Amino acid sequence: MTTADLLGKILQVVMGLAVFAAIVGLLVFFIDRAPKKGRDYWQLVGFLAPAIILLAIGLIWPAIRTTGLAFLDNSGNFSWDNFIWMFTQPAAIRTLINTVIWVLFVPTLATALGLAYAVFIDKSRGERYYKALVFMPMAISFVGAGIIWRFVYEYRAGEREQIGLLNAIVTGLGGEPVQWLQTDPLNTFLLIVVMIWIQTGFAMVVLSAAIKGIPTEQIEAAQLDGTNAWQRFMNVTVPGIRGSLVVVLTTISIATLKVFDIVRTMTAGNFNTSVVANEMYTQAFRASEVGRGSALAVILFLLVLPIVIYNVNILRKQREIR
Amino acid sequence: MSSVAPVDLPTGEGRDDSSFEEAARDTKSGRIKRRLTSPWATAAAIAIAIVWTIPTFGLFISSFRPAELIQTTGWWTIFQNPGFTLDNYRDVLFSPSQSAPQLGAYFVNSLAIAIPATVFPLVIACMAAYAFAWIKFRGANVLFILVFALQIVPLQMALVPLLQFFSSWLRPLQVGLHNVIPIIPEQNYLPVWIAHTIFALPLAIFLLHNFIHEIPGDVIEAARVDGASHSQIFFRIVLPLAIPAIASFAIFQFLWVWNDLLVALIFSGGTQDVAPLTQRLAELVGSRGQDWQRLTAGAFVSLVVPLIVFFSLQRFFVRGLLAGSTKG
Repeated sequence: MTTADLLGKILQVVMGLAVFAAIVGLLVFFIDRAPKKGRDYWQLVGFLAPAIILLAIGLIWPAIRTTGLAFLDNSGNFSWDNFIWMFTQPAAIRTLINTVIWVLFVPTLATALGLAYAVFIDKSRGERYYKALVFMPMAISFVGAGIIWRFVYEYRAGEREQIGLLNAIVTGLGGEPVQWLQTDPLNTFLLIVVMIWIQTGFAMVVLSAAIKGIPTEQIEAAQLDGTNAWQRFMNVTVPGIRGSLVVVLTTISIATLKVFDIVRTMTAGNFNTSVVANEMYTQAFRASEVGRGSALAVILFLLVLPIVIYNVNILRKQREIR
Repeated sequence: MSSVAPVDLPTGEGRDDSSFEEAARDTKSGRIKRRLTSPWATAAAIAIAIVWTIPTFGLFISSFRPAELIQTTGWWTIFQNPGFTLDNYRDVLFSPSQSAPQLGAYFVNSLAIAIPATVFPLVIACMAAYAFAWIKFRGANVLFILVFALQIVPLQMALVPLLQFFSSWLRPLQVGLHNVIPIIPEQNYLPVWIAHTIFALPLAIFLLHNFIHEIPGDVIEAARVDGASHSQIFFRIVLPLAIPAIASFAIFQFLWVWNDLLVALIFSGGTQDVAPLTQRLAELVGSRGQDWQRLTAGAFVSLVVPLIVFFSLQRFFVRGLLAGSTKG
């Protein structure tokens, strides 16, 4: 990178920010000077329009168009081919099954681990530091996490010394080294471990805050009733944080459905590890099978749909109460 | 991190973790709770913490080891096979050869993408959130729920049409920019900025709305009575009061953009002009997955900014997370 390149990049950022500030400034200038009649209307338009326009051209219209593309074959005629391909080709079916496995295991295990950790660590000395350690992977990119765990799963053939931690443990215990990432179906679960590693911290932080929100009187009352720790956990803590548990489970489920980077970095979807989100990228942008990619995106949409509808319902009820 | 789910929950939101802890230590309930913590639970927690940290720690140690040592011995044998070097970092950051990583340029790209892609959606979302919260209009509820529901649309559904849109409308603009100001490359950050801005909007509007909505109505009414226009109220009252929410969402958006791979892969073009670190790293894994001296150092170059943000702004980060997962 030369100095000129660097200057060019800085100039771009500065110009981008300046142009943006100018647009917003102009917008505000005009809505302040809108004609008296209907000024409220113009102000509303001024404040809302940028977001609504961007969402319309960037999300709503593309979603409609992608749905259309999913029903076109390569020559542009209507057909069910893309969906037939998805539900008949062994490789494509495997992708769907893997996605189901991901979405079954990641949210439940990450939430359970996060909850256990939050309970274990609650009020212990140095709570903040223990929390930070488990929470830290949240800040790490999926690509970074992929490299970190590829190193853990690294395999060395024959008698060579293992440099991957997992194989070192296996050989240390007298076993044979395993090509973890190429062993189907074990590899899918090893990728899931990475996602759990990242999401547990999220679950832990949210649930820990919820646990701290439970009135201590309730716990003391239960204690006076002679319950043991497990009974208190099941009868006081869990009901007290039910709402947070639902939030954590749904949030991680959606994140898991869309996961792409982990699979891409660690196996690139080879050895039967692909998931819908990764396959969508591969089909649409690598194999130029736009129809198939779109069909996969539609499936992803259908999978996310019930989760979001559930949350929209809660939101609507809340707003009606207000 | 996309998160849906507004539920009225009790959370420790806004509470300062450490002061809360100290306060609890001195109260009666705090003492009781502390007595409840069993040594087994603590041991299990410590075990989990260690397991969670070891993978990153191992990679970190390895990034300072000479190539031949990484390739032949495990990082845990560091004391039997000592050897520290900064060559890996020098190699990945500034290597003169074209084929080598040269992450320096990509590092600049990551920053150049992440800063505007944090500012743009925040400003636009703040304005929309204000409109939803404090300008009365028919259909506000329906429109707001529609915006929230847009989280239903996975990024993947928007990619193909958005790319077509960019190549037919934005591309000529980029070329025009390049012709007027030659120092700006034809491949520039514009598409990535716009894509990130759009994808961030639904969640940003929702979260900021929750916060802005909570501002006491009296304050805004009083300003209205004094004849303040909406934009004056927005800039003088709402924005300053919403700073905590804005800060925590900004951290989130920054980390999300910094860590993104998918948007970059599709909208950046993959050259040194635009592509961020994550994209280059993913490429390195693909093309030379066995070059551990480069991968380890490269991974840490990409981790340095998020980890600095994480450890220095952890409190706001957590607050944003709680706002993101529960009602703000």
